[in-house]
Amino acid sequence: MSQDTLWEEVIQPGATWSHVLKRGTALRIVDTEGGANAGAIFYNFECPTERYNMPDTLKAQHIARLTKGSALYSDMGRVLCSVTEDSIGWHDPIGGASDAQLVTKKYGEARYQEHRNAFHRNARDSFLVELGKWGLGPRDLTPNVNFFSRVDVSQDGAMTFHPDNSRAGARVELRAEMNVLTVINTCQHPLDPEPGYKPKPVRLVIRRVPPAAPDDVCRLSCPENERGFILTERYFQ
Amino acid sequence: MKLTPSKLEAAHATYSAEVPAGEPWIHEVRKGQYLRIVDLQGNQAVDTLFYNAHDYADRYSAQDTIRAQANLYLTTGTRLISSGGNALATIVADTCGRHDTLGGACATESNMVRYALAKRHMHACRNSFLKAILEWDQQRPGRILEKRDIASNINFFMNVPVTPEGKLTFEDGISEPGKYVEVRAEMDVLVLISNCPQLNNPCNAYNPTPIQVLIWEAAGE
Repeated sequence: MSQDTLWEEVIQPGATWSHVLKRGTALRIVDTEGGANAGAIFYNFECPTERYNMPDTLKAQHIARLTKGSALYSDMGRVLCSVTEDSIGWHDPIGGASDAQLVTKKYGEARYQEHRNAFHRNARDSFLVELGKWGLGPRDLTPNVNFFSRVDVSQDGAMTFHPDNSRAGARVELRAEMNVLTVINTCQHPLDPEPGYKPKPVRLVIRRVPPAAPDDVCRLSCPENERGFILTERYFQ
Repeated sequence: MKLTPSKLEAAHATYSAEVPAGEPWIHEVRKGQYLRIVDLQGNQAVDTLFYNAHDYADRYSAQDTIRAQANLYLTTGTRLISSGGNALATIVADTCGRHDTLGGACATESNMVRYALAKRHMHACRNSFLKAILEWDQQRPGRILEKRDIASNINFFMNVPVTPEGKLTFEDGISEPGKYVEVRAEMDVLVLISNCPQLNNPCNAYNPTPIQVLIWEAAGE
């Protein structure tokens, strides 16, 4: 552990985690085995109606993928967190989450009674249960990000899961630009053609980091982000 | 792109309204009824949300809709899927050919990020959405909609292609005067529209214009 590291922990396969990631810290997510999917949603902890906004994130930066230099925007024109490190170059912001119907259809039923903690979980219900712990509910669900996954889009719009996007050891780091309620689960990507229920774990490293410098790669990746960082800094002034 | 005209005639519609640019429209459409949105003058983005009329928490979900059809673009045959996994409506006719659901709605805050900090004063779709849901609450006391209910929406008549390299591009509209899209409600739905006032990009050809909204009764009624 480096001296900036506050702690490390593992999100087990198919499990869910939440934490208020403080401004001044960063969350590194590591795909320890390869082929993980980390579905994530983000809220301003102080006012959770301000939350991650997929369209604002994509259109501000003219992107349909997330990588180093990308900012994750709230609906209020502020940057919730930004991608400061990325070893693979593509994380999916459009493919969404699995639900109970999809998981049962793809992988069959597996109840806790027979399977204990290997029972089949889905991303939507996992998000909802975790959101419930913070007083949030179905009206607070929002489009999610899928770290380590990639969805290719053809000219006619067809969406295809990209195999082998993430190998063992792949990592992505999110720097919190606000105090961000972060909810992550490791359910499989909804478009992953893998026929078996085989979610993978991820390791989390939370560490102390300095604020975005004037020459920060995320701040300068486009003029829109320069303005987004100004609006975020004004929130704390 | 496949174009599918409708067999319904405007003369038989039981409801018709013109919605000026920059105005919202909020209206219930019952199961089986048909709703048509006409781009009267061409290249007009129509930001649209659907809710289960009996449970507003069950609302249009952009990611579930594109995931269910494994395709990014909305056109005839697309089932508009709710956050609860239900079909809210199905697109049954479309003379434009492609509609966006990644670009979302403009907001004063996103305009500041996208264009300039000084753009805060400019009218935006999410202000129209908020105005409409405040008024809806007065019409239907207790049926409360709030900002958190404004999910990521559909942009009818907008063309926002994704490139193989993962870039999102805002292309000139492919719509023209008189083009329309028509949905059949698969359950009782509440429809919330903002006729987009955006002046900073080509989604309205820098000239926002009115749309027409028509409703027909369910087949056989």
